[in-house]
Amino acid sequence: MKPETLLFSKTHEWVHVETDSTGAKVATIGISAFALEALTDLVYIELPKVGRTLKTGEAFGEIESVKAVSDLYSPVDGAVVATHDSLANELESLPSDPYGNGWLVKIKLSDETALQELMDYAAYQKQCAEEGH
Amino acid sequence: MRNIRALQPLFDLAKPGRRATRFPKSDVPEVPLTKLLPATAIAEQPPALPELAEPDVVRHFTNLSTLNMSVDTHFYPLGSCTMKHNPKRNERLASLPGMLDLHPYQPEETLQGMLALLYELQQMLGEIGGLPAVSLQPAAGAQGEFTSLLIASAYFRERGENRTKVLAPDSAHGTNPASAAVAGFTAVTVKSTPQGFVDLADLAAKLDHETAVFMITNPNTLGMFEPNIKRIAEMVHAVGGLLYLDGANMNAILGITRPGDFGADMMHFNCHKTFSGPHGSGGPGAGPIAVTSVLAPYLPAPLVVREDAGYRLDYDRPKSVGRVRSFFGNVGILVRAYCYIRSHGPDGLRRVSENAVLNANYLLARVKHIFPVPQGDRCMHEFVASAAKLKTDKDISAMDIAKRLLDYGFHAPTVYFPPIVREAMMIEPTETESKETLDAFAETLFRITEEPAELLHEAPHTTSISRPDEVRAARQPVMISPPPGSP
Repeated sequence: MKPETLLFSKTHEWVHVETDSTGAKVATIGISAFALEALTDLVYIELPKVGRTLKTGEAFGEIESVKAVSDLYSPVDGAVVATHDSLANELESLPSDPYGNGWLVKIKLSDETALQELMDYAAYQKQCAEEGH
Repeated sequence: MRNIRALQPLFDLAKPGRRATRFPKSDVPEVPLTKLLPATAIAEQPPALPELAEPDVVRHFTNLSTLNMSVDTHFYPLGSCTMKHNPKRNERLASLPGMLDLHPYQPEETLQGMLALLYELQQMLGEIGGLPAVSLQPAAGAQGEFTSLLIASAYFRERGENRTKVLAPDSAHGTNPASAAVAGFTAVTVKSTPQGFVDLADLAAKLDHETAVFMITNPNTLGMFEPNIKRIAEMVHAVGGLLYLDGANMNAILGITRPGDFGADMMHFNCHKTFSGPHGSGGPGAGPIAVTSVLAPYLPAPLVVREDAGYRLDYDRPKSVGRVRSFFGNVGILVRAYCYIRSHGPDGLRRVSENAVLNANYLLARVKHIFPVPQGDRCMHEFVASAAKLKTDKDISAMDIAKRLLDYGFHAPTVYFPPIVREAMMIEPTETESKETLDAFAETLFRITEEPAELLHEAPHTTSISRPDEVRAARQPVMISPPPGSP
């Protein structure tokens, strides 16, 4: 996916919303290329179990690099319907395709209001420029 | 010069039957192991240990030690770790047989000297922290945090309050949220302002009647004294919570201010840092805690108490959280802390902090035009400089600088912590360094920034190991050298 088509949270998660065959809205969540660059070499990721319900801003997992451990925060409200478990064994490939094969979890939305708080790519890039001065 | 043979793994140096010591025949009746331990506790075979003569062992470890840096060999500005000089007098005193060859289960009347020392240390730490009740049990700062959170649990349990959250700023040491999680709380992060202080609005939003403790490091990990500390203490107390002071940075405020006076209810000391115990390889440590008199009943048992008949260990503490350590930290480090505090006295301790702050500010002033310090022109005992501009302009990272410093005979500063500063270099010179050493370090930093990036990316060039594969070390660690013949 192109980052221009995605929404972004202040905490550097990206969101892509699709409607599934039952008409429910499902958000795919990942981490931005900017955040991955700041983390440097990754060593560990912990993802939630399928079925867990998450509130916006709640930590759903963590990612560890040689530099730091960071929490992953849910940018939406809903229930986890899929997790990208094979990532744990191929973390080194995550930075090469953060907006595609780098997805982390899929969350079935219980409420869509949180989406309005998210930024488009241009606004997110502006935030990154401010953080990265 | 380097003895390569002695550096081989000990298993490779071993020969069956070789010994350092041959024990004399036992002069007391031998009891079979099976009578002392249940069968389930006895291994089928003795452990595979290398068999070596004493010179092999001495040469191995002595040569290994020369591959590393220490405060006795190099300037060691490792921020947050307070790598100050370890006075040799304290080593000698801690090694006296009367200190070294004691056992805590000796009759108390034969331990009076050590108990007096530990009792006085409890009193002195209570005075320095402004928190009157002290336990010397925790063996390190992180265990002090954990023990204090157990005390908070016991306190709230007795009051019938169910509080589940422990708050800590995003600049906190990683041990704070880790201690909270291990003690059964949910760790919640409070944001910092761009200046690096606690964001009061975010703190207010996260404080509620589920908040048990707010853990704060003051001065914080950016080397800044929190100007709103009184307000923060009031906010935490207003919701019924407790304020914990991570004492890692006590070296900046000895005799100047006291955590108990600015509102802390509990704190730990890192005796191996602030009070000059040696701490190579992360230990041994001692992390005594001090708490308010309200929390005193929950301190771990035993405490050292003084009575007319002398000193004794007091186990009769019904509300105690129990034992967190066999006895008291690592007693040798506590003895050194006692000697250090007694040799300096109250005025001397204040001068320690004043000189630690002066040294850090001097170094900050010397390097800030090359390594900007986002938090400003003044600091306490340490400061966090950023190599972000060098990274952008010349592709030189904080890690490259840290690695190259080793070639010049300086230990690296702490890098990439706290995570809220990009390309962070956390520099803590301590009070025991001379102006000449600080100048030489600053000049070396400048010189490194003039070197070609390619040279720095490959640094260090003079150490026995250059850059280990950190990712592989984290993901596929080999924890021990396997003995010969193991699968």
